[in-house]
Amino acid sequence: MQTPAPFEYERAASVEEAIALLTRHGPEARLIAGGHSLLPMMKLRLARPETLIDINGLADLDYIRVEGDQIAIGAMTRHATVLESAVLAEHYRIFAEAERVIADPIVRNRGTVGGSLCQADPSEDLSAVFAALRGQVVIRSVEGARTVDLGNFHRGPYETAVGDGEILVEVRVPIRTRTGSAYEKVERRAGDWSVAAAGAFVQFGDDGSIADVGIGITAVGAEHFTCAPAEDLLRGRPPTAEAIEEAAAICAASCHPSADQRGPVDYKRHLVGVLVARALNRSIARARGEAA
Amino acid sequence: MRVTMKVNGQETTAEIEPRLLLVHYLRESAGLTGTHWGCDTSNCGACTVWLDGAPVKSCTTLAAMADGHEVRTVEGLADPVTGDLDPVQQGFMEEHGLQCGFCTPGMMMTARALLDRNPDPDEDTIREAISGNLCRCTGYENIVRAIRWAATHQTVDSQEVSA
Ligand SMILES: Cc1cc2nc3c(=O)[nH]c(=O)nc-3n(C[C@H](O)[C@H](O)[C@H](O)COP(=O)(O)OP(=O)(O)OC[C@H]3O[C@@H](n4cnc5c(N)ncnc54)[C@H](O)[C@@H]3O)c2cc1C
Ligand code: FES
Ligand code: FES
Repeated sequence: MQTPAPFEYERAASVEEAIALLTRHGPEARLIAGGHSLLPMMKLRLARPETLIDINGLADLDYIRVEGDQIAIGAMTRHATVLESAVLAEHYRIFAEAERVIADPIVRNRGTVGGSLCQADPSEDLSAVFAALRGQVVIRSVEGARTVDLGNFHRGPYETAVGDGEILVEVRVPIRTRTGSAYEKVERRAGDWSVAAAGAFVQFGDDGSIADVGIGITAVGAEHFTCAPAEDLLRGRPPTAEAIEEAAAICAASCHPSADQRGPVDYKRHLVGVLVARALNRSIARARGEAA
Repeated sequence: MRVTMKVNGQETTAEIEPRLLLVHYLRESAGLTGTHWGCDTSNCGACTVWLDGAPVKSCTTLAAMADGHEVRTVEGLADPVTGDLDPVQQGFMEEHGLQCGFCTPGMMMTARALLDRNPDPDEDTIREAISGNLCRCTGYENIVRAIRWAATHQTVDSQEVSA
């Protein structure tokens, strides 16, 4: 039987209280959201917090709404809510496509957006989605709120910009016009983590060329879950098959997969190229209003 | 710490360690051993129960997290007054939806939740819904049939109980 080591349990009724509890209990305290990454780690003694601060009572962090030219997603929004969100479906199909293949429906009832990003697992799917969309996270502490770009959020495997005494409260993504987005994942079996996965958005300019583009890649050691050189290559160019192939090849060459039970390095690299190209092509078709 | 939660409509309470998992609270403190406990790693779904109306894996939920909330287990599927089985339970009997029975309580809790949201799911929808519940015996064919059976035999009574 796997059971976590003993800890103290506290429950926060507000963001302010969560921050006060984090401050009072110091660096050995951890927030617990869905618990679907933290509890398995605690069972295996990969994590051993002295205090858990339960933030499941923070219903005011469970929302997806349009605010001006952005979509704001609260940290306690469950995967299941993201999957079914009409607001997200209207603007970014990438969300539902990624969520459909994150874990299984029961895990998705518990796991949260904030927990997923803060876990910063190198194979996390939402990290790739938010990296592709160039989102921002809002982090709060006693000092107030600060905003961090996704590109500066991940500091390494399982490490983020969230410091001691801080809580991630929201993720924001810009709303873009004339845009399509898509997510492509290869997994060994239903509900498993990715062998490799890639997501993208493509935005057209007036002249029919690619005005802006974002690429997200997970599970293969892509820096900050993205590939800036491939994005730079596509920006301003017409969406030709050659340009897509070139960008996909850059992504495949520049990531750092490791060989494991999910496959050898060359296979994963190959997958990255194929999945990036597919995600870009479907994004382009959707931006044109075609079925994809 | 003391926790109090409604399980199948009945108030339960116990003095527990914060690290106690909900599955063990249900089986040991509440004495409801219908909920099974298998992989312990949130993969198999044998431990699936409802927390505030949504299926969750109780091996990856602290009992403390359910304090003050409502839990429903397989023991809460049948009509508490008449004892009539839920159509899902009846369907598993009619269509031989189980062999060893280990996965069955979790399967049925997931199936009930699916049918409450979507009373007439097609086979693909059913397979997607139970993709977090592993069965090592049946090959799933009869489980899918059992859930289809329940979908075509929903009674007014059962819907009232599950509401
Ligand atoms: C069987 C299984 C399969 C899975 N498959 C996939 C998959 O295919 N793809 C995928 O991407 N994920 C997968 N996951 C992970 C799942 O999405 C987790 O739910 C998620 O990664 C963590 O969310 P959580 O709310 O459960 O976080 P928790 O476990 O509660 O927390 C994770 C970490 O984040 C911290 N934290 C949580 N919320 C905050 C906050 N608001 N501010 C600051 N810190 C916070 C916690 O302290 C902890 O360190 C899987 C999980 C399981 C159990
Ligand atoms: S025992 Fe909980 S998922 Fe297997
Ligand atoms: S009936 Fe044996 S595991 Fe499903």
